[in-house]
Amino acid sequence: MLTALASLPTTIGQSASILTLDNFWVSVVLKILVTIALAFTLPLVGGYLEHKAMGRLQDRRGPVAAGPFGSLQLVADGIKFVQKEEVVPRAADRWAFAIAPGVALVPAILVFFVLPLGPGVWVEDLELGLFYALAISSVSVIGILMAGWGSANKFSLFGGIRAAAQLIAYELPLILAAAAVALQAGSLSLVSIVEAQAGFMIPGTDINLWYVVPQLLGFGIFFVAALAELSRPPFDMPIADSELVFGYMTEYTGIKFAMFLLTEYAGMISMSALMVVLYLGGWQILPGVPLPGCEGAGGLFDCGFWGGLLGVGVTVGKIMALVFVIVWLRVAYPRLREDQLQRMSWLIFIPLSLVNIAVVAIGKVA
Amino acid sequence: MSDLDVTEQVSPSTAPGEDLVLEIRGDGDFETAEMSLSIGPAHPATHGVLRIVLDMDGERIRDAHPVIGYMHRGFEKLAEHRDYRQIMALTNRHDWLSGFNNELGVALAVERMLEMEVPDRAQWIRMLLAEWGRILNHLMFVGSYAIELGAITPMFYAFREREDIQYLLESATGGRLHFTYNQAGGIKNDLPKGFLQQSAALVPKVRARLQDYVDLILGNEIFQGRTKGVGPLPPEVALAYGVTGPTLHATGVPEDSRVTEPYLKYGDIDVHVPVGDNGDSFDRFAVLLGRIEASLDMIDQIHDHVPAGPVNQKLPKILKAPEGFTYVRTENPLGQLGYFLQSDGSKNPWRMKMRTASFSNVQVLPYLLRGALMPDAISILGSVFFVVGDVDR
Repeated sequence: MLTALASLPTTIGQSASILTLDNFWVSVVLKILVTIALAFTLPLVGGYLEHKAMGRLQDRRGPVAAGPFGSLQLVADGIKFVQKEEVVPRAADRWAFAIAPGVALVPAILVFFVLPLGPGVWVEDLELGLFYALAISSVSVIGILMAGWGSANKFSLFGGIRAAAQLIAYELPLILAAAAVALQAGSLSLVSIVEAQAGFMIPGTDINLWYVVPQLLGFGIFFVAALAELSRPPFDMPIADSELVFGYMTEYTGIKFAMFLLTEYAGMISMSALMVVLYLGGWQILPGVPLPGCEGAGGLFDCGFWGGLLGVGVTVGKIMALVFVIVWLRVAYPRLREDQLQRMSWLIFIPLSLVNIAVVAIGKVA
Repeated sequence: MSDLDVTEQVSPSTAPGEDLVLEIRGDGDFETAEMSLSIGPAHPATHGVLRIVLDMDGERIRDAHPVIGYMHRGFEKLAEHRDYRQIMALTNRHDWLSGFNNELGVALAVERMLEMEVPDRAQWIRMLLAEWGRILNHLMFVGSYAIELGAITPMFYAFREREDIQYLLESATGGRLHFTYNQAGGIKNDLPKGFLQQSAALVPKVRARLQDYVDLILGNEIFQGRTKGVGPLPPEVALAYGVTGPTLHATGVPEDSRVTEPYLKYGDIDVHVPVGDNGDSFDRFAVLLGRIEASLDMIDQIHDHVPAGPVNQKLPKILKAPEGFTYVRTENPLGQLGYFLQSDGSKNPWRMKMRTASFSNVQVLPYLLRGALMPDAISILGSVFFVVGDVDR
């Protein structure tokens, strides 16, 4: 027991971020700005990747006109959205209708608060980081329900209810899968989980293993559940443009519509980032390969400038690779039916995630 | 809603999710309210302006009422004030996805009234183009059905093939959608040089790409989960409603006027009619893909037959049909198309009545939709292939 404790990472949570400066207030302002900047830029990159990847996979070229290789298409879209007339249905519940996009978007931005992107490159390393990220990302659905109800549109109502049902069904496997990781790492801090993966060695060698190897099942469950939570295809029943027109977004126009879109893409990025941190070794290039210029545990911490930059690049690269897989699924698959989705969750994924957590627990104790 | 017995409303064939939904609602205390949901006239799943009023209980459909007429353009009346040449240009517009096949029906009817002999070459060319037109139509539905089930990619693939075929047909007719290539007694002008070679080269290309749809859609587990056992149509119900075309073939009835009542030279070639087993959405789609394959086979056979010779005959300046009437039915891509022409001896028909496939196919929708789930409604709507212009005329 004592040896087990001793092998735990030495720093549990509250690691220093490079944004933590001597002056408290400057530090706070800086952190807020960085969080918001991350939440607005990374989704744009993901969105551009989706445009281009979808285009190529569908025998077309994707955006080409706006900016070099069409890279400013989403910026142009944003400008267009701002100029649109704002239409509020006469029968709408005005307050719910008006604040719903904000209620959905703000939690999606707040998740970026804890995501570690590289050595020292995180805004705050909370001791309950994983708990915080999962808890706050599920607040978004309240906004979606409000939008569905407030729009006074039957299609929107269907969409909102479906979104809520989907969230309830998939929150459980998602949390159980993540709990297994926390169990194995012995910490809920996202930075410590990365560190624990760097220290999870193949016995007899100095090569470490990412948690995707021992917890492949958990990774699969987390990935599918994340897709369902984000209502990305093939689980996009709450939006289902050919059935529900656009679900809870049907009545929204202009900037509010854009906020829902940003919520979706921010969610895609933050869920991918969580998967990178929980299962794919964070900013480690390959198992057993330290970042150049880093001295901390597993060659992943206390890096110089270039090592840090490379670390961020590796994380973002992994995130974008996952985003590409998500886009790929969207291109390749039709949509499931809501009841099929529910069955899948309650009858397959929840039992499987319980098995997963039990196996991990036994492995941990043994 | 206590007077409604929930269990009665559920058709035995729907989806695996069934028992789950029932257990929750069957307890009695939990009251649900019915809601009337109007799908259309401007809804993405109706591809056109069809409106369907659904009485919903949660996601379950209790009853469905199609409301048609949003796209009524009065073709039958318009035809009474057009001469027979102009009618061709009119009729290739009611079902805009099978323009060539529509005008072919009118041409056959007029020729029958005039007792006109059509040169062999013209007949074979008509068949060739009719089969290409059928493939064009079916490809469109392959793409749009996939998009209704949430798969966006097949649409782009379908348009890739459609573009090639339209390019080919454009070289002969000058049109991409409304060909207006037929005329009484033949076709307007002969095929351009090299058309048959190009056409022959296109067949293997399209056939090879058919595999993409099988891989992407037909073989996909989610697609099968969404369509198998959804909206099954028994053959006797289909016949009672006058359903024809792929929707009828999916129920296992191989009625096809190219076989049962051959027109043009269909009697001289081998016409294969693919059929399904139980007429559910999956079968309807599989039959659609099978028909593309069958049409490609027919095109291959037609290439070996096209003789040399004239393609039309000299027509009088004003074409007058003798007094009398006739009814011609042809196998259109979506089902049987019938034209009833009555002439009083003048240059215009006295009455033209259309029997369009889409109109009859839409009639069966309430039967199929009753008891289905909302997402199933989409999978049913998309697979009972219809074009709204063809419904409303």
